[in-house]
Amino acid sequence: MAECHPVGFQWVMEAKARGAKVFHIDPRFTRTSALADRYLPIRAGTDIVLLGALINHVLTNGLDFREYVLAYTNASTIISEDFRDTEDLDGLFSGYDAEGRKYDPSSWAYEGAEEEAAAGQRREQLEGGAQHAEAAGPHEYGSGGPAMLATPSTDPTLNHPRCVYQILKRHFARYTPEMVAEACGIEPEAFAELAEAITANSGRERTTAWVYSVGWTQHSVGAQYIRAGAILQLLLGNIGRPGGGILALRGHASIQGSSDIPTLFNILPGYLPMPHAHRHEDLDGYLAAAGADTGFWGRKRSYMVSLLKSWWGDAATADNDFRFDHLPRLTGDHGHYTTVLGQIDGTVKGYFVVGENPAVGSSSGRLQRLGLANLDWLVVRDLRLVETATFWKDGPELETGEMRTEDIGTEVFFMPAASHVEKEGTFTNTQRLLQWREKAVDPPGEARSDLWFYYHLGKRIRRRLTDDDIDLPLRELTWDYPEHGEHAEPSAEAVLREINGTGPDGRALSAYTELEPDGSTRCGCWIYCGVYADEVNQAARRKSRHEQGRIAPEWGWAWPANRRVLYNRASADPEGRPWSERKKLVWWDEEKGEWTGHDVPDFEKDKPPHYLPPDEARAEDAISGSTPFIMQADGKGWLYAPAGMADGPLPTHYEPHESPVPNPLYGRRANPCRKVYDRPEVPYNPAGSSRFPYVLTTYRLTEHHTAGGMSRSLPYLAELQPELFCEVSPRLAEELGLVNGGWATIVTTRAAIEARVLVTGRIRPLRLDGRRIEQVGLPYHWGWSGGVATGDVTNDLMPMVLDPNVYIQEGKAATCDVRPGRRPRGQALLELMEEYRRG
Amino acid sequence: MAERVGFFTDTSICIGCKACEVACKEWNDVPDDGFVFRATSYDNTGGLGASTWRHVAFIEQRVPAPGNGGPGGPSGAGELPADSVGPGVETGADGERPGAVVGEPVDRWLMASDVCKHCTHAACLDVCPTGALFRTEFHTVVVQADVCNGCGYCVPACPYGVIGRREDDGRAFKCTMCYDRLRGGLEPACAKACPTDSIQFGPLDELLERAERRVTDLHGQGRTEARLYGADPNDGVGGDGAFFLLMDDPEVYGLPPDPVVTTRDLPAMWGWAAGAALSMAGVMAAAFLRRRR
Repeated sequence: MAECHPVGFQWVMEAKARGAKVFHIDPRFTRTSALADRYLPIRAGTDIVLLGALINHVLTNGLDFREYVLAYTNASTIISEDFRDTEDLDGLFSGYDAEGRKYDPSSWAYEGAEEEAAAGQRREQLEGGAQHAEAAGPHEYGSGGPAMLATPSTDPTLNHPRCVYQILKRHFARYTPEMVAEACGIEPEAFAELAEAITANSGRERTTAWVYSVGWTQHSVGAQYIRAGAILQLLLGNIGRPGGGILALRGHASIQGSSDIPTLFNILPGYLPMPHAHRHEDLDGYLAAAGADTGFWGRKRSYMVSLLKSWWGDAATADNDFRFDHLPRLTGDHGHYTTVLGQIDGTVKGYFVVGENPAVGSSSGRLQRLGLANLDWLVVRDLRLVETATFWKDGPELETGEMRTEDIGTEVFFMPAASHVEKEGTFTNTQRLLQWREKAVDPPGEARSDLWFYYHLGKRIRRRLTDDDIDLPLRELTWDYPEHGEHAEPSAEAVLREINGTGPDGRALSAYTELEPDGSTRCGCWIYCGVYADEVNQAARRKSRHEQGRIAPEWGWAWPANRRVLYNRASADPEGRPWSERKKLVWWDEEKGEWTGHDVPDFEKDKPPHYLPPDEARAEDAISGSTPFIMQADGKGWLYAPAGMADGPLPTHYEPHESPVPNPLYGRRANPCRKVYDRPEVPYNPAGSSRFPYVLTTYRLTEHHTAGGMSRSLPYLAELQPELFCEVSPRLAEELGLVNGGWATIVTTRAAIEARVLVTGRIRPLRLDGRRIEQVGLPYHWGWSGGVATGDVTNDLMPMVLDPNVYIQEGKAATCDVRPGRRPRGQALLELMEEYRRG
Repeated sequence: MAERVGFFTDTSICIGCKACEVACKEWNDVPDDGFVFRATSYDNTGGLGASTWRHVAFIEQRVPAPGNGGPGGPSGAGELPADSVGPGVETGADGERPGAVVGEPVDRWLMASDVCKHCTHAACLDVCPTGALFRTEFHTVVVQADVCNGCGYCVPACPYGVIGRREDDGRAFKCTMCYDRLRGGLEPACAKACPTDSIQFGPLDELLERAERRVTDLHGQGRTEARLYGADPNDGVGGDGAFFLLMDDPEVYGLPPDPVVTTRDLPAMWGWAAGAALSMAGVMAAAFLRRRR
């Protein structure tokens, strides 16, 4: 965190100054480790073993926050008798289809779900993760979970052998401290200290927070890493309470915003699923399959209709399904890597690359460039000419002779972009906090904001529309923002107001609970409703934290409804009383008959703690007064996910696709559902291969930004880390004859790149599987051009292996070989690669 | 004269982000200092000089067993071997049991942002023949670029090796403690940019008090290696306007353990020189007198 989020890390230092104990778990000893109270080295790709062992420690020793767990999680829920665990099937769950490499999750369901009559719900439960894994990934369910029984059978004594608590206990039983030592390389004493610290600092009086970054997500089991963290935090009662939670540090300013108002292919604003071309014929069919009917997600019709009204205005009416038919549809996975394969296959002809540099920043860089070279047209918008815009004249494939400029037909349009200080708008940070940014200076030359670009592109396209029906969605689209200045910059505040939404009177709405399913309200993103309440840009509020309470509700605006801690109903006990004076946040005021507190309660204001839903209740009415997780069908935190995950209801350790050791826990080596590709352009290092004996992990440095587009061209940053380097242990250096400050060549089946050598005891070899495993670390900021600091592309080394839930690449754990000296050039490089591929 | 201001750099909370280096260059329009991969931990800056007015040092260390734990551990840092980074470091044998870390890994990483000390007795200022170096109303020491003639006397005069001449320009440059910002009532750029308040700016007396409290706190936490550097008005430079809290001996950070203002002996030297001149004059006079006889 100190390494990649130094500004945010000041608050960790502040917490430390106030007595917080900071543990840092990372394959390399970083600037964060230097400041932590305790550093735990871990082999890249084994975090589920560690988290699983912590879960096991909590369960075995009865250290869970029992009242919280019983009331607020699905620990007592009884699961179908058809369910079989990885314990029973040596690393597989029931329902695995070996041919399709996917699960049918129907056996994972809550007991009794089989008898549910409602056809839509039934189908959804049965198809569950499988459908979404194929079409889009389970976070198609958005901020609500998938449909599941609102009131399943339970055993509050937690003794039923098929209740979640017991299943969890059995599942994690083999995740022991000894296993942690064997798989992760963390010594039992260090594990014991961590386990003691997190359990001693959880409960009524205290809370523990987990903070993670892409070290948790970029794995073939990435989504399950987060699930493991969530299970642990739920067991310890650390969700929905001040000082608790799982905090995802994003890789770039407003990445949170770019999933709220998504740049992802599978969701619409506010995490509404993207409709499928063949499954969702009309609005009703779409809504029936779009997640739970109980919980606040049950209001999905209001959110969707208001979105359609926001986009198609008066043209969207109840008679025409509010122009649901105008929405684009999915036919399958349209993620980044699938798109690249489509480019190579010639099915993807055009490509917009905005503020990204995939030729350097994405895994398997050669594959990315092969795709770019096979397009009809390519638009790159960036601050400078990044490698993605210049690959056709100076890419590494030109040097090897694999590509020739004259053969590349791609027409490249480079559009200079305005930087964040040259345009107005919002940043949404990981806390869901929207902060408005003023423009400080005009962008130079022809550089323009993204908003300007898309708005005027849209206007130009609309000028060319015909009367043909195919153009109707664009003709009817609301596209009329006020413009200002000599370049006709559209008003960003008008866009924010449109996102906020308006009521029948045309006034800005104040909360998403005001949204209606009848088309009388418009809202561009239901979770952002309220950011423009009272016709005021709430995100622009700048009241100092010194002039208001600890929660600082008048600094910016957080979705939803300006809540700073999600699910904060959990900060009070089932009766609505704070768990402790020290950790009080919101509570039930019996006299006034309402929820109150320091934060905006994440609960219906007047729903008493003792409220019990009547049968057949829908939406939030089906959530009892004592269950805080109001977006879930049953209002509970899911220790066990009966649907929604493509690769199992519980996190399970699988080795990375490329791993030097077998899976010490199961016969299954790697995630059975991971996405791998059987194509010649997508080679892999064989698991356990002696050709690739070292663990390879990649990361960022404080001094640079992602693929370098914003830092390599700046002398003041580039001089601080001028060259690509690899970090190796002193022992590996000695063994291979690597000289500190000299050169090394790092090889995988994808590429061979050269880097300067940094020999450091911060990289720790581990004794695993009876032998010494060396790890090699590479930052990935460099590319071949466009800056004062250049270097080979680290991501060229990385494989195209994807998590089956969200299709993120396994960028943090692979294998490699290391050789002293610089890499060969031209044809000799190809020959070296061929040698390694053949073995 | 205004109140004396200064820097207190608390290296125990430095996260090595180098924001101070960048902010300094941005504000003061200091040019880049070359693009050199130095293979010395994460330090590619090297040291202070004409084009580097803030420099973050990175020192990788091994805490000997059983003091097993990073900066929070009860390590007697005074006895720490300050290993340099390099293949020669590794000495340990393989661990026996699974999960054991092989070899003897680095588990302490010191980071410290160095800067001009703005000495109470500043030799650079003493030796400057043009008056380009002067003491400001804030008791800081500043070079006036338009007066500097590039003679370079100040460079060897500095006991810390802070000031340097730019090759292409010839003149001497160093930290001004953002003199222009101070006059405008702002804190220096590096202190402003520091995310963890490792660099603190303020009236020197207040900083000294705060620093003493911080050392006491750290000692209370068992981090007895914490000590102040440059805070003693009785040291060889009369105390620094920019002083530090260090977690190891000054040499480990590349700082002189006992800096002395290089002009300290000048009065005595001039005295001896005068004495020598007088003696010589006496001898010569005697010689002439004798010949006259």
